[in-house]
Amino acid sequence: MAQALVSGLLQGLVFALIAAGLTLIFGVMEIVNFAHGEFLMLSMYLSYFFQAALGWDPLAALPLNAALLFALGLLVYYALIRRVLRAPMLAQIFATFGLSVFLQSAAQFLWKPDFRTLGATLVSGRRLALGGVFVSGPQLAAAAGAVLTTLALWWMLARTEIGRALLATAEDRGAAALMGIDPDRMFALAWGIGAACVGVAGALLSTFYYVFPQVGSQFALIAFVAVALGGFGSVVGAFVGGIAIGVVESLAGVFVAPAVKNLFVFGIYLAVVLVRPRGLFGKQ
Amino acid sequence: MKAALVTGAGAAAVLAYPLLVRGPYPQHLMILVLLNALLGTAWNILGGFAGQISLGQAIFFGAGAYTSTLLAQHAALSPWLGMLAGAGVAAVLALAVGYPFFRLSGHYFAIATIALGEIAAIVVTNWDFAGGAVGLFLPVEGTGLAAMKFEGKLGYHYLLCGLLALAVALSVWLRGARAGYYWRAIREDEPAARSAGVPATRYKQLAFAVASALTAMAGTFYAQYVLFIDPPSVLPLSLSIQICLVTVLGGAGTIVGPLLGAAVLVPLSAATSVLLGGSGRSLDLVVYGALIMLIAAFEPSGLIGFARRLRARVQ
Repeated sequence: MAQALVSGLLQGLVFALIAAGLTLIFGVMEIVNFAHGEFLMLSMYLSYFFQAALGWDPLAALPLNAALLFALGLLVYYALIRRVLRAPMLAQIFATFGLSVFLQSAAQFLWKPDFRTLGATLVSGRRLALGGVFVSGPQLAAAAGAVLTTLALWWMLARTEIGRALLATAEDRGAAALMGIDPDRMFALAWGIGAACVGVAGALLSTFYYVFPQVGSQFALIAFVAVALGGFGSVVGAFVGGIAIGVVESLAGVFVAPAVKNLFVFGIYLAVVLVRPRGLFGKQ
Repeated sequence: MKAALVTGAGAAAVLAYPLLVRGPYPQHLMILVLLNALLGTAWNILGGFAGQISLGQAIFFGAGAYTSTLLAQHAALSPWLGMLAGAGVAAVLALAVGYPFFRLSGHYFAIATIALGEIAAIVVTNWDFAGGAVGLFLPVEGTGLAAMKFEGKLGYHYLLCGLLALAVALSVWLRGARAGYYWRAIREDEPAARSAGVPATRYKQLAFAVASALTAMAGTFYAQYVLFIDPPSVLPLSLSIQICLVTVLGGAGTIVGPLLGAAVLVPLSAATSVLLGGSGRSLDLVVYGALIMLIAAFEPSGLIGFARRLRARVQ
């Protein structure tokens, strides 16, 4: 029980970070990034190739993952998203959905559908025992990294000039523009930061997950649910939603059956939104 | 007059197609076009007319396929009655689900339908009575109209033409009826529609029920055609998304849109997979994904917008 709780919590912290990136993009411009999982997948491949080709440890190269994914986020915004800003919601869904199919199949084309694993990293093979509960090094490192990144994101949003500009744009685009905040730059920044969040998450996950072209899909689905559970646009909501889902998934996997753990994840999600249609922390 | 002429010519071409083109593969492709057109037309009632974006319609496709197949296996029920039963199950399910779900709006509704679709797939995969992960083979005791099973593709082709004609006729009628006006009002501005006295929840449920019943009929057809169903073939998220994609590609909210979308998308994905898919490395999907992005970015109202501009230029 304690074991399941702890590993669910650790897993949930990583879900929370992925969901935070997604909810930031949504909060600022009301677009759901269906290619979020593919950003994660690309970051995991980056870690793989950094280690395989250059011998860099994924945790050491983590800032580089974040920077490259930030650049990818900007590229996607300027090349694709800017064109659908005023388009109907359906066109927006399909722009990012098309991107997801494109990135996933491009990865499969370039790097084959093989499952790859990284070699030994700084944290592999280590284990921590806390009163009968075992925690593996990679999992602990991933959770710690995810918490630090989510906190940094939260601090940036709440305490810095640029973070407040982002929140102001999310609150009221027009009014923010009148205060001299360029919404276009804020949207680009949201995509950059949102992608950088999964850049970090990808590097953290690469130390203990298989790397393959479809790895992002399952995480993305969980992240959508975490975001909707917490309330679209709320970073705190995504954090709580991610942790809740990690714990539910882990408990259901241990006490019911691994095959049906997602049944509980989706079921609890539906139960919550049906009571609170805009999620736990969304504006009701 | 001109529109009637174009419609008549299109219908005649589709009806004559399998008589003129005899190869089984081109005939199969045409059946896929018609099936996608049927699914798109059904989704269009909910997503295009009423503006409620469901990304879980595979649930109802699966409900149609499983209901008729299980009834045939356990009660030896005719697939025709099975098709009606499947449509009934789907409509009841849609009404039941719609009541709470329509409290959600926009992305919340879309994500909730994805979640429901995943739940349905997990439940069926772990449900032994419904064949579980192994799937179900359809009992085959002879072919013919009564058994809804045919030698060759011709029978399936005309059956599907009939179903599509039914769906299109229903769409045309509903669009011009009171429901059509209510749906348009709900799609454009739901709070305004409500304050003008439109019973929004009830009419959204109606759109959901009609769309889902038609989707279930397509599901029964699919089971009769392929003779084998399992969760990955009739309940995947990718099917739900494709149903929506066909419509959006052609032009959501119009009658022609889903037909146009299916006529373009199916041959396109078949051509790319024939030309580029042989390597097993999914180059076809790279092209497919890029095309979806391009259309969303440059023609957000779908191919119909492109066709309209073309016509305006010609005139």
